This record gives sequence, C-alpha cells and structure tokens, in this order.
Amino acid sequence: MIKVLSSGFYTSIQDLGRFGFGDIGVPVSGAMDQYSARLANHILRNNDTDAILEITLGKCKLLFDNQSIICISGADLSPKLNDKKIKQNLTIKVYKDDILTFDKLIYGVRSYLAVTGGFQTEVILNSRSFFKGITNEHILKKNDSLSIKVVTSDVTKPFSSIKINKQHFTSTTIEAYPGPEYELLDDKQRKDLEKMVFTISKENSRMGYHLEEIIANKLDSMLTSAVLPGTVQLTPSGKLIVLMRDCQVTGGYPRILQLTDDAINKLAQKTTKDTVKFKIIPLL
Amino acid sequence: MTYKPYGNHAILIEWSSKIDKNILKDVFFFKNKILQNNIKVIVDIIITYNSLTIIYISTIRNIYNEILILKSIYKSTFSQFKPENYSWKIPVCYDPKFGLDLEEISKKNDVDIDSIISLHSTPIYTIYFIGFLPGFLYLGGLDKRLNFDRKSNPRFVVEKGSVGIGGSQTGIYPQNSAGGWNIIGKSPISFFEVTKKEPCFAKSGDTVKFIPISLEEYQQIETQTKMGYYQLEKELLND
Repeated sequence: MIKVLSSGFYTSIQDLGRFGFGDIGVPVSGAMDQYSARLANHILRNNDTDAILEITLGKCKLLFDNQSIICISGADLSPKLNDKKIKQNLTIKVYKDDILTFDKLIYGVRSYLAVTGGFQTEVILNSRSFFKGITNEHILKKNDSLSIKVVTSDVTKPFSSIKINKQHFTSTTIEAYPGPEYELLDDKQRKDLEKMVFTISKENSRMGYHLEEIIANKLDSMLTSAVLPGTVQLTPSGKLIVLMRDCQVTGGYPRILQLTDDAINKLAQKTTKDTVKFKIIPLL
Repeated sequence: MTYKPYGNHAILIEWSSKIDKNILKDVFFFKNKILQNNIKVIVDIIITYNSLTIIYISTIRNIYNEILILKSIYKSTFSQFKPENYSWKIPVCYDPKFGLDLEEISKKNDVDIDSIISLHSTPIYTIYFIGFLPGFLYLGGLDKRLNFDRKSNPRFVVEKGSVGIGGSQTGIYPQNSAGGWNIIGKSPISFFEVTKKEPCFAKSGDTVKFIPISLEEYQQIETQTKMGYYQLEKELLND
C-alpha cells in the first residue's frame, strides 16, 4: 500500500488508455507522456499496460506501507527518498515507512512512478486510467491509499546504462501529419502553421492545450465528427487547440493537423508559456 | 464516400456532409460489418452523423492496403447482421423547477410553455451517435419551431439529467457538466452507469420519445432508478 501524504498539483493513476468504448462517448485517457510511462515500466520489467502514477509539476509526498521496487521516469521533479535525492530511470528498493517526495521542477512537466507489478487500483471498462465520471476519483487526494504488490526480492540487475534522450524534453519541434481538414486551409494558413512559433496558453490540461497565437481564419465549424488525442483543431476565431489524452471523442472544429505519437509525448512535457513549432510531415 | 488516413493509426471514412437517416443507416451497417470481421488490430470505431473513424491499436503499416480491406468489407454482400434497434421512452419532467429556461425562451421566442413541451415531446428522435460526454446522445428530429440559440452565458454546472435545446439540437446531459444549452426539463434516469455490462443502454440507430411526467412521478422514478429496479420502456424497431 502507498499512502498519499500530499497529493500534489495534479496526480492520477494512468495506463495506456481505455479502448473500445469510444462509441458510447468514453475518452481514451492514459499517460500523457507514454514514452516515459513505458520506460518506467520497462526498467522494472513490468508489462507495458501496468498502471503507473502520473505526477504533474511536483509537490507530491507518498508513504510506503510495504516493501517494493520502484522506478521514476519522465520529468525531473527532484525525487527524494527519505530526504535523499534519488536517480531516475533506475530500479530502487523501498521499504515500509519510506517517504518518497516530488518537489521542485528541474525539467519537463509530468513524472511517472512505476512500482513492480503495477498499481492495483480498480479496473473500470478495461482500464485503470483515472477519468471523471468513469473512475471513482479523477485525481489523488490527501490520505488516499493505493494498493501495490509486496515485493521482497532483490533489485534486478540494472540495465548497463539508460541514456535518456534529452531532446524529448528540450526540443520545441512538434511533428504532425496533415489532418482530415488540412486541405481546406489556404496557402497562407499552411505557411503560417509551419512558420509561426506558438505559445502554450494557461489553458492546458490533460484534455487539451490551447495555443495563444492566431491564424487568420474564415473556416467555420463543421458537422460534429470524431477527434483523437493529438488532433489540432482550428477554431473560427483562428485559435489552435491541441487535443490531449482526456479529450472528448467528437468535436466540431476543423481537424487541421494530427500529431505523431512522439509529438504528443513531447508536448505532454511542456506547459504554460513554453513555445512550439509545427513540422508537417507527409503521411507516407 | 471517401477514405482517408487520420494520423498513422486511424482511418476516416466520410459520407456527404449532412444529417440524414439514410446516411446513418449506411454508416451503422458498415460499422457492424467491420465488427463482424473481428479484426484484432481495430480497437475502436467511432460513429458520427456522416463518418466512421476506425482506430487501430498501433501504427498502420500499409494504410492504403488497410483501406482496400475496408472497401472490400463494405462491398461484401454476405452479412448475418440484423440490426437490433430499439425505441426508448424517456420520462422527462418539464416542471419549471427543472425547466430553468422555459420562461425565458418562451418570452424571447414568443411560444407558450405548453407548446414548447408538446413540440418537444411529440417527435420520435433518432439517435445518430454518442459523444461529447460518456452517454450523451446526439439526437436528430427537433421541431424547427424549437430551434433556440444557445445561452449567451453558459452555466458553470448543468445538472445530470437536464434536457436542453441548443440551436437545432436537443439532448440530455448524462453527468454534471458546464453547458450553454437552454434547459427545459430533467429526466430522472441514468444515461451512463460504469458498473453495468452495457454502461449506456442506447446506441446509434435507436430512437427516443420523451414522455412528460409530473414532479411526483419524477421523484418515484428517481427513487426506483437509485434502487436499481426502474425498467425503461422499450420496443424493438421493425425495419
């Protein structure tokens, strides 16, 4: 068991998402940065689909009630075990009464805590990913208890060296395919899309990131159609919205770009005032 | 019909851009043919008015080959699929206690409240698809006289079960949510329950009729729904 002493800014259980219920309006959800989430599980030799804890921007404090092996990947939120700084992307043994903290943000936005065997929270509609209206809770609260497996074996021999690609956190280039309505854009809009630097507005969440800059736009809304995580919508006012993992299943704004999986993961490590540039790549 | 890649793990199939029952029938039929083929790599199929979005578990290796497969499924005549669609009777209480905007839209549009209720509860609405929120039904068939503009100031919280009109659309909020539709009533039943085998009773292609109920009936049905023994009235639709 892990007891939540301090829940932090926005902390939730996530896996790779909830599939097969889009036709009744259920969002996919899942870890925002799936590259980092998978990496943490991989280092522990867990399954890819095991649930991890997604910690956003720090200020999270957890108490272990049993022995386990953990791994932290993703953003560097200065993780400490019993007040001693610990390394990321390594297997670490924890004991009963150990306290793990995430505090000051060094780089990135979202950090991932994996435990051997994965978090054992309830499975709803084939997934453990928190989502309002689907799971009982959508974010962790102080005093919550999270069930984990007791692991008494020794730490498996660490991989010789795991070099994290720093580009994942520093690169401002976001790769995207042309979206279903890209062809409706005029030449100037297409050029602006690739030329302009876009700033992430303070309206950014697991549902989507609004961008501040405006593209001159005469395109209207369209008949409601499906949208996906990574879809870039162009609103009638010319603002861009990049949909993220918790986005609705349908939407009515033209879908002008579709981010690559890698681009969604990279964007998930950015926040308010960070800037990005789109690089449009052909579909084949 | 057009087929196009939507990113590298989805394919979007579009019919002409309009709200039309015949298009819905074709979209729905195609979806079920794909389901019958039981293609393991397909994890979700999203229906809207005039489109199907087919989502694959991972990157599609050869998207044009996959499109060819889908086209041949569409053309295949063999199908054991018989759509089992139902018509649902949805109780709605139009009492001013729940119909928060009835008076305002009645004045603004010069239609009396009784007419609004009768015009809203007379048609048989078609469920085109489910989106926006888990269990939110996109309905077609709202009387043109009830096309009321959305509120200029959206409510921060619209309560679960609220029945609203927004432009040419009507619908029921399946959970508390922010919303800008004019609220004309409330239904005591649940449109989405995660604990059920089928969390949402309705599906694309079903129909809905709203049955006006009194405040007392609302309370009765609400209690019965909470205890889990309220049975919605439904009828199999004959095609």
